[in-house]
Amino acid sequence: MSSINLKNISKYVCKNINLEIFDKELLVLLGPNGAGKSTLLNVIAGLIDYEGSVFFNNKTIDKLPANKRRIGYLFQELNLFPHLDISANIAYGLRVQKNPQNEIKARVEELLQIMKIKQLSSRYPKELSGGEKQRVALARALANFPRILLLDEPMNSLDYRTSKYLRTEFKILQKKLGITTIYVTHNFYEAEEMAQRIAVLDRGRVEQIGLPKEIFFHPTKSVNDFIGAPNILTCDYCNRLNFGLVEVKCGDISLAVSSEREKIKKVAILPEDIYLSNTRPPGPDVNRVRGELTEINESSSTVCCTVVTEKNSLKVKLPQEIFTSMSLDIGDEVWLILALRKLKIITDGE
Amino acid sequence: MNVLRKLKPGWGIIPVAIFLGIWEIVARLNLIPGHFFFPPFSTVVIEFYYLTVNGVLGHNFLSSLIRVLIGFSTGSIAGLFMGIIMGWNRVTDKALSPIISLIYPIPALGWLPLLMLWLGIGEALPITIIFICSFFPILYNTATGIRTVDKSYIRVARTLGASDMKILITVVIPLALPNVFTGLRLESGMAWRVIIAAEMVAIPTGIGALMMKAESLMRIDIIIVCLIVLAVMCLSFEKFFAFLETKLTSRWR
Repeated sequence: MSSINLKNISKYVCKNINLEIFDKELLVLLGPNGAGKSTLLNVIAGLIDYEGSVFFNNKTIDKLPANKRRIGYLFQELNLFPHLDISANIAYGLRVQKNPQNEIKARVEELLQIMKIKQLSSRYPKELSGGEKQRVALARALANFPRILLLDEPMNSLDYRTSKYLRTEFKILQKKLGITTIYVTHNFYEAEEMAQRIAVLDRGRVEQIGLPKEIFFHPTKSVNDFIGAPNILTCDYCNRLNFGLVEVKCGDISLAVSSEREKIKKVAILPEDIYLSNTRPPGPDVNRVRGELTEINESSSTVCCTVVTEKNSLKVKLPQEIFTSMSLDIGDEVWLILALRKLKIITDGE
Repeated sequence: MNVLRKLKPGWGIIPVAIFLGIWEIVARLNLIPGHFFFPPFSTVVIEFYYLTVNGVLGHNFLSSLIRVLIGFSTGSIAGLFMGIIMGWNRVTDKALSPIISLIYPIPALGWLPLLMLWLGIGEALPITIIFICSFFPILYNTATGIRTVDKSYIRVARTLGASDMKILITVVIPLALPNVFTGLRLESGMAWRVIIAAEMVAIPTGIGALMMKAESLMRIDIIIVCLIVLAVMCLSFEKFFAFLETKLTSRWR
């Protein structure tokens, strides 16, 4: 059992934060920069002084120093010890805790195996790629059998593919190990992919907490400002196709969405996940719709437009230079493409 | 480029050989007015041989070497120790920094008149001078090295269960090694420069004293022998610490 309870935590930007993380849960702390996410992790780890109380399994740990809290913490910069080879990095926590040598060896071997980095054991951090460093840092954080794992934007420095791959792997590993985890990110898609629950933090307050879909479909106003208000379409017709695809109709928009369930109530998509074109896009008339440009709001780097179709109205966000290159004006005819992988759905029973 | 690369292992010997050749020719052909003061290189080599065989050079060299070894090792150990304490502990740092900052800029030889009166002319004098010459710069470099270790490594070590003492020993000191070695390398050479100066001024034995005796006898060849010994020793000490630094840190830096 490893549940965490935060009661009235106040530190820096954080004000009176109350949060409960259940045993074996993977909770994602989502929020913009400066929201207080890392501060909250540092409070749990005992790395900074704070007001309020932190409970592990209903017992307060406020008086425990950081080195006695048994927390695995993966920092944003990873901070592998440059002077130690990979095995020694992983073994560090076990060594300083004076575990017997044979136990240390066995645990390091086990972690090298789990993280698939056996071949790196005698290398030094400077000789590793970003993804490899990530695995080593995670192995090191797990070595001491921590009660809780804290991950502070660990995929930030990685390219999209590596980070996506590692996220999937980590999710499987977290389930397998059953370790209570708090994962910090500012990216909604990353949060949605990882989380069992998401807690949205903004300006030091928990603005909303819930399942990823709850956050996406029913965001509070401030959460809306952060992740962006999605376009939500109500479905009037569903038809199951092959390969986990369902054909749905939302007014005049015909969509193919990936879903195992047939009954889909609503479909949502963020404005930045809709492509806008001034010419008719090639391909079938699925996930595409024709409309009229009725509103244009330009900011420094992006343009937000409203496109009205026969029966729907959709918000679209696109980079300024792309919008300018199309020379569009209000009243012009445009085509929208709704990216299949970015469509979120609510099915019956959710 | 390829030719240069092939020459690399021993290329440094070529300019030295050319220099010695020119020296020999210039001295032999009396190209410098007052050639009495400018013996050829071969004369210096012969004198080096005589001084070695009759034990004069060995005796004086050993005196200087022992002083340097004792002064430098005690000074650097004390400097390392104090540097670690000052770099790690803010209170000690705040308490001692003003005094250290005040004393540090005084050149080691500046202490000579004071130490001559306090300690008298004896072995303690040059050793203390070397001690002072090594202690402050090594303290300064070590403290800076310890202080500038990225704090995030300390946070990581703490979350992994390490106590403050363990963090210092297993993370901070190893990561401060490059700075520490910079201090050791520079000061090991400096110790030789200072001992020669001290011996020239106040001590009757050692390479510096031999140089002063040679000067009074107008033996330029002996002076040059002593200077060559000094150059070789400075270089060897610096190279030794550079080698040690490479050995201990090159794998991970």
